[in-house]
Amino acid sequence: MNRRVILALSAALLMGATAVQAQDAAKIAMVAELSGAGAPAGTNWRDGIKIAIEEINAAGGILGKQVEVSEYDTQTDPQVSRAMVQKAIDEGAFAILGTIYSGSTLVNMLVAQQNEIPQFVGSEAPTIVQKGNPFVFRTSSGSQKGVPALVPYFTDTLKAKKVAVAWVNNEFGKGGRDVFTAEMEKAGIEIVTDVPSEQGATDYASDVSKLKESGAEAVFVYMNQEEAARFLIEAKKQGLSMPLVGEVTLTEAKVIELAGGAAEGAIAHVGVTATATDIPGIAEFNEKFVAQFKRNPTHDAIKGYIGAWATKYVTEKVGEFDGAKFAETMKNLCLPVAEYPKMLLDTCWDETGEMSRPSFMVQVKDGKPVVIGTVPAN
Amino acid sequence: MRAYLSWLLIALLLVLAILAPIGQGNYITYVLTSWLVFSIAAMGLNLTLGYAGQISLAQASFMAIGAYTSALLTLAGWHWMAALVPALLLCFVVGLVLGYPALRVKGHFLAFVTLAFNTLVFLVLRNEDWLTGGNYGLSGMPRPDFGFVSTMKQHNFYYFTLAITVVAAAIMWWIVRSPWGRGFKALRENPIRAESLGVDTRRITLLAFAIGSTYGGLAGALISPLVQFIEPGSFAVGHSLRILLMVVVGGAGFFFGPFLGAGVVILLPELLRFTEGYYLIIYSALVIVMLVFTPRGLIGLWGMLRDRFFGKPQIRADVEQGPKLK
Amino acid sequence: MSQFLQVLLSGLATGSIYALVAIGFTLVWQAAQTVNFAQGEFVMVPAFFVLVGTNILGFPLALSLGLALLLAIALLGAVFKKLVVDPILPSGGISLIIATMALGILLRESVKEFYGAEAQPFPAMFPTNPINVFGAVVSMQDMLNLLISLAVVVVLTLFLNRTRTGRSMQAAAQNPAVAEILGVNVKRMVMYAFLINAALAALASFLITPVYLAKFSNGETLGLVAFIAAIVGGFNQIRGALVGGLLIGVLDNLVATYVTAEYRAALPLILLIFIILVRPQGIMGTSEGRAV
Repeated sequence: MNRRVILALSAALLMGATAVQAQDAAKIAMVAELSGAGAPAGTNWRDGIKIAIEEINAAGGILGKQVEVSEYDTQTDPQVSRAMVQKAIDEGAFAILGTIYSGSTLVNMLVAQQNEIPQFVGSEAPTIVQKGNPFVFRTSSGSQKGVPALVPYFTDTLKAKKVAVAWVNNEFGKGGRDVFTAEMEKAGIEIVTDVPSEQGATDYASDVSKLKESGAEAVFVYMNQEEAARFLIEAKKQGLSMPLVGEVTLTEAKVIELAGGAAEGAIAHVGVTATATDIPGIAEFNEKFVAQFKRNPTHDAIKGYIGAWATKYVTEKVGEFDGAKFAETMKNLCLPVAEYPKMLLDTCWDETGEMSRPSFMVQVKDGKPVVIGTVPAN
Repeated sequence: MRAYLSWLLIALLLVLAILAPIGQGNYITYVLTSWLVFSIAAMGLNLTLGYAGQISLAQASFMAIGAYTSALLTLAGWHWMAALVPALLLCFVVGLVLGYPALRVKGHFLAFVTLAFNTLVFLVLRNEDWLTGGNYGLSGMPRPDFGFVSTMKQHNFYYFTLAITVVAAAIMWWIVRSPWGRGFKALRENPIRAESLGVDTRRITLLAFAIGSTYGGLAGALISPLVQFIEPGSFAVGHSLRILLMVVVGGAGFFFGPFLGAGVVILLPELLRFTEGYYLIIYSALVIVMLVFTPRGLIGLWGMLRDRFFGKPQIRADVEQGPKLK
Repeated sequence: MSQFLQVLLSGLATGSIYALVAIGFTLVWQAAQTVNFAQGEFVMVPAFFVLVGTNILGFPLALSLGLALLLAIALLGAVFKKLVVDPILPSGGISLIIATMALGILLRESVKEFYGAEAQPFPAMFPTNPINVFGAVVSMQDMLNLLISLAVVVVLTLFLNRTRTGRSMQAAAQNPAVAEILGVNVKRMVMYAFLINAALAALASFLITPVYLAKFSNGETLGLVAFIAAIVGGFNQIRGALVGGLLIGVLDNLVATYVTAEYRAALPLILLIFIILVRPQGIMGTSEGRAV
């Protein structure tokens, strides 16, 4: 019978678990993949936000209130992420930053919407802004915007007729691959080989050998960081000769570090990159990040940084902490960098929460990502 | 007197469970609901593992089968209660099939077969996107509406889940006390002796899997309206492991073990939050320590302490009785 | 044709790593009926010992590798046996399965918290220049991986069959009671099996991490595939683990190239279920007459 006492005790613990927090600070919730498969992305997102919040608090906070950020770990599990967003809202957050994995965002954004809490997400899956949720906003262009920006590179620069796609078979990779396939069809380019690979895969021998035999003139590579690095290593080994073109991850500093010389020559379309250091805001952020965390920021870090600053800028435009008015203000909003320097680039959101801003074509040269062209906002 | 007391305690716990979400925010209510849901899944695995002694690392895949079947049917306009019937039937049948390897192999071989099965289910869910939505998953499942009361609200859904849990627990209570239940225990304690005493160990093994899997399916069918989004990753092998740990931590083979175990696993991140990223490290270290000192789980720990301080009730000195993982 | 050869050679190179991990696994199984579900993590961890040596303590690579090997043998061999296996084994196989699963989580999360969540580059011990073999390209590293695994099998087989210690180990594995009576120090023999297992895992770690990159989650799939290799090849035979490893490496690549990439991960699993149901002693294994 006493085991039931233990049970009763745990039930009592459950009830007492609601936290009580200070009332005078403005609360922002950082909900991200701090453990599990998404941890690399989540920790960068968190650290980018940390820098932004320090700056914001140093500049007087939001509407004169100091900002307090609580961290919530989703464990890269959509169900947990939903619970965490719920918890963040119960604990009085007025805005939510996260999540990054689209699978999680698709679940937890329903909760933020029901509670009319604005939410900046790092996810790039097209579906997120297609659900008519007025409270969800991107911090980078979705793949249905990012991938089409690449098309001119295939049609005009490479003049390719046949291409291949290598992608990681998760919701991120599938999203990019589906958009790319549709875009290529529109552009009249034939996709000769389509190679999915597992998340966390280590052996890319068969993938690369298939691409080698495919007769494609270029390969679109859409994978997460370490997968991209392993792919590049194998591609170099087998002497895959066609241009490898990616979106965002392929030319990231981390990928170059991991793949070493194998990353040489890889090309990617990047929404915002820490390597675009001729833009003063990015250079400054880069320096701060390296000084504080002893590693290079990824695009997830910049996304988190922008999300936090956008929360401040827009809230101050509204003039009060009000989710519904925040969402109203965000519609078709543009934050030019001249007035809002911490946005780093001229940034606009449309009525769905999709973001557009100028982007870059980047190529790896001598072990460093170099900006080879700018793509105007679309 | 003792029986009277334990009924009183069960009633008290029920009252506690009913009162628990009152005045609480949506988050606590959500956590309480998922505690109930995982308790059901763990209850099923407890039958397979704790009572019948058959290890299974596939409980999450049965949650997946239950969740996807009920989700697809409710999205097609079925009522949740109607969708539950085929979902549970399917789990029962697939559970029977998965039980067959258990007739030939035991221990770690069985662990691997069931683990392989879980991964195969994951691959099918991810790759057959014409049916399951693939990587994108399924979303927007309606919560059941009973005319007089809708479960759209978090609190209502909690009570709905609580009602289902009570029914499921009552059925389980009956199963483990039925001749079948004694057959399960006989199979765990000594399969050869059980066979020689006329227990049909083949049928009992298969049933242990089938019934345990059905409980997994029920939990899955509740997950899909609770989260209103399902995707293959939520039912990967790691989640089967999590359910297994719930059963072991709570105390395999004890009726209330799964409730306690699920409570600990779901609440632990909350309680260990001050440790930030270290809670999984602490948790896994605690599990190892627990297996070293008290392999019977937390409920077993209590029994051990009681024996230590109040003396052990001895029935026969030469037979060690009680649940034990083989 | 060159594609086939390419895939075959790459499969052999990958398979040889599976084999190394699987061999240690069979040794421990024979010696102590212990199934270590953290075996994949045992391969992941030594690479991080090396990284701590080179990146944090500033040791040269050779020294770091040597220290990492010793540390792995001590922690993943001796300490693992003393602190986890010995106390839990008496309470039953399932308890040990669960405990080693928990140990896997412990190692994974510790590496993540104390070293980092992101993948890290790892220095190669051997040159990685490509070698052209009839149109297929392999690296020196691949070839050496294969040769080293073969050498390990030969050396271990010789050790077990020709040396006094090796034969004592076999005796201890086959019948501990009788071996004890005949003067074999069974406890020490069992400990040897754990130490060899840890050493093999460390070796596998040093060989693959330059290709796989060092990451806390690397063990998840590797451990599983190695078990499957051991079971498919035959649990009680060292050469069985080699055959199983190579077979899975090659089949995996062939299926991914010619049949299906989406269901690539399913092949070893189906093979596993098939083997367990049809020939539980494995392809190369001899029946133990164990109660299954």
